[in-house]
This record gives sequence, structure tokens and C-alpha cells, in this order.
Amino acid sequence: MHAFAYERPRNLADALGLLTDLGTEARPLAGGTDLIIRIRDGSIRPRTVVDIKGVAELERGIREDDDHLTIGARTVMTDLLRDERIRRDYAALAEAAAVVGSAQIRNRATLAGNICNASPAADTAPALLAYGARVVAVGPSGSRVIPLDAFFVRSGVTTLAAGELVSAIELPHPSTPRGSVHVRRTRRRGHDLASVTLACTVDADGTTRIAYGSLGPRPLLVVDETGVLADPAATDDAREARLAALFTDATPSPRSMRASPEYRLAMLRVLGLRALRTAVERLGTGGRPS
Amino acid sequence: MTGELRRIDMTVNGRARAIDVLPHHTLLEVLRDDLGLTGTKECCLVGECGACTVLVDDVSVDSCLMLGVEADGASITTVEGLAFGERLHPLQQAFLDTGAAQCGFCIPGQLVSAAALLAETPHPTRAEIEEGLAGNLCRCGGYEQIIEAVAAAAAAGDHPGRAASTGHAGVPAVGDRASTPDAELAPQ
Repeated sequence: MHAFAYERPRNLADALGLLTDLGTEARPLAGGTDLIIRIRDGSIRPRTVVDIKGVAELERGIREDDDHLTIGARTVMTDLLRDERIRRDYAALAEAAAVVGSAQIRNRATLAGNICNASPAADTAPALLAYGARVVAVGPSGSRVIPLDAFFVRSGVTTLAAGELVSAIELPHPSTPRGSVHVRRTRRRGHDLASVTLACTVDADGTTRIAYGSLGPRPLLVVDETGVLADPAATDDAREARLAALFTDATPSPRSMRASPEYRLAMLRVLGLRALRTAVERLGTGGRPS
Repeated sequence: MTGELRRIDMTVNGRARAIDVLPHHTLLEVLRDDLGLTGTKECCLVGECGACTVLVDDVSVDSCLMLGVEADGASITTVEGLAFGERLHPLQQAFLDTGAAQCGFCIPGQLVSAAALLAETPHPTRAEIEEGLAGNLCRCGGYEQIIEAVAAAAAAGDHPGRAASTGHAGVPAVGDRASTPDAELAPQ
């Protein structure tokens, strides 16, 4: 690995100061499970790595706020899948966090880092999109809240400005009873990147939200307010027709080694239908995974 | 500033160490090259194989994806820290008893991951063992014996865990003591 300098600021002002002063020469380090790999393979060559784990204002943990949960920037996947509130009210996020990498990776990888890397295949992204998550960004001129759907641009690119850091991710509390689930397709059992990764939420008011990744440059969210998808009595044919109409923006890459575009599109419909059935079932049993 | 040595303090297998490390050296490199603890293996360097697994403050991590400087103030347990003197850790004994080690290269990582699993889940199901060790690849394909060994160690119930750090069943907790190998291998 090429040589770089290491800074471990103790507060947000110092961290933001370093990132502003050093510009593109600096890279923030949280869990390091993507960053260290990219530095080692030479795809990025920062002169300074700014370790944000010592920044007092960047929390590790999940806090209850008025109308949402606040997930601090240093919160790792293992924290999410062990949190009772996440497992109860945001089952798809707990399920997605549980399949990110291996135990060793989940013990280090942060949710914020997963989002900032903006991989189209990021497993937590669909669940966060379906739950209407918001990104809290802090920069030299203060903080702002970005809806996650307006955060992703394409692989590795977000609307985070130069010198900004993600300080937290907010998850709005559910406004109605809700069933939700995360499903994915991989090449092998054990840990692997997803060929299709998808989350589905069904609200008691009839709204269905499906978000999916690994089928284009960024994860996408679609919303069904017709009530067809949420109707427990709907036939599979009716659901499939509605899903096909919702999935028209999927553009899987023909160059990926993981799966062909045809396979991904076919599996998107299969997983969409499967996730829908589970989410409807869970809504019927109080929203909890059985 | 680049490449400047930095002094870090960490506890390795129960022993306090103060060493100067380069910022771009991983914890894996620090353990193997600076401290001579070569039980932890270098393999894929992308966090997929688990051969470099160590415990950092009782949590399993891939040491190839963590900088040495990040370990400042932490307590590290490597495979060398599992045995108590001449007495093998129950997992090590179970691996021997079931013939879980073939070429042996992945075994240090498998043992450390298994120790982390049992500390958290003393009586894991087979699925929990499979998931707990999913980040540790075995190039010999000896997964059945490895899973069997972990199940046997769990069934024996004679393994140290977090709840047992006060010396449950006479087996000291992981990382709770000075180990001999690193003291001999690495002059400070």
C-alpha cells in the first residue's frame, strides 16, 4: 500500500477543517472495509487519511428522536442487526445489514460508509430508500438534510459536496402499520455481492414501496399507490403485471461478471413478487418477521 | 508528514505493547512484521478469506482491512493468545480431535472467528456456526470437520466467553493473560 499521512481529529470542526484544507488529497476513514481495499489496489491515492472514529460529534449508536430514529455515522452493521427497534420497525434494514459481507466485515463496516460508497449493489440502500431515509450532511457552512433518493447519483458518486461528511442517517417512524422485507440473489451461499438486492414495504393504507439495486448505476425506488400490490386478495398475475410496469427503469449492466442483464431482470420480477408476498404476510401479523 | 512513524499503545494477547508504526501499515502487517506474531495469516487482502482474523476489543475483524494506527488503545487477541501456556484452548483441542485442520493455513482465522462466535453465542445452531464462519474460507474444503469441531467445543461448554471473563470453568477468557510466544518472538 502506498504511504499516506494519518490524522485522527477529536472534533467535527477539526475534521471538516482537514477535509476542506486537503480537498481531494484527503479521504475520510470510518470502517475502512472499502477504503483500505481501494487504496491498496491503487484505485485511489490519498495523501492523508482522516480517521473520523475519534470525532466526538459523530456518534456510534441509534437514538430515538421525535419522528425518526437517528443512526450515527459510526454505527456499524452489527449494531443495526442487534438493535431491537431496527428489528421490529425496520426489518428489511436488519435483514440487509445481516448479509453485508461476513461477521468480520459487519463488525467494522458502517451504514454511512455503505451509503457514501454508493455501490449500485449496496445491500442496505434498498431498505433505506423504501423506508424514506434521510442523510444528514455536515460541512463548513453547516448541516443539511438530503432525502436518500436525492443522494445517490451513480456508482461511487453522491450529491454530498466536497468537504462534507455524513453525520447521521434518519429513519422516519412508520406512520401506519407496515410489513417489510429484504431479499437478494447471489451467485453462491455465504457472502457475496448481490446480483439483485431488493426491499419491499407494504403499508396498512395500501401503499407499497419497492427499492432495488444491482440493476443499473444506482439503486432505484418505485412506489405503488394503486393498492393492487398491497391487496392480500390480488392474484399473482395482477401483481406481476403491476410490478412489470414499475420495473421499467431497471438497466442492468451487460458488462457485469455476476449475472447477465436477462437473468437480473427475470430475478427482479421473481424477487419482487416474493418480497411482496412476505411483506403483505408480515403486515397481517403485525409487521414482525415470523 | 507522509510515512512518519507513530507511536501506538495496544495490548496484544494480554501484554502491553508500545510500538512505532507507519500509518499505511495494516494491523496485519504490524502483528506479523513488527511483533513477529505470524500465526495470523496474510492471504486475500480484500476481506473475503478471513485468514487474518483477530479480535479487537473482543470483536472479530479482518486485520488486513484495519490500519495499525487504528489499534491505538485497543486490546488485540491473535491465535497465539488462545492457548493458556501448554494447555490448548478448547476450540483448538476440538479442531485436533475432529481432524479439522488439513493444510492448516486458514485455521488461525477459523479459530479466532469461532472464539468470537462462542463468546457471543455459547450454544450456536449449525446455521449460526455456518454464518459465524462464513467469512473464513478453507481452500482444502474442510468445512464439515471445522463446523463439527466448533459444535463439539460448544457442546463441551468449556470455552471462555465474555460472560466468563472472570475465569469460568477454570479456563481464562480470551486475551486475559500474557502469552508466551509473542514475548519470546518479539523484542520490544
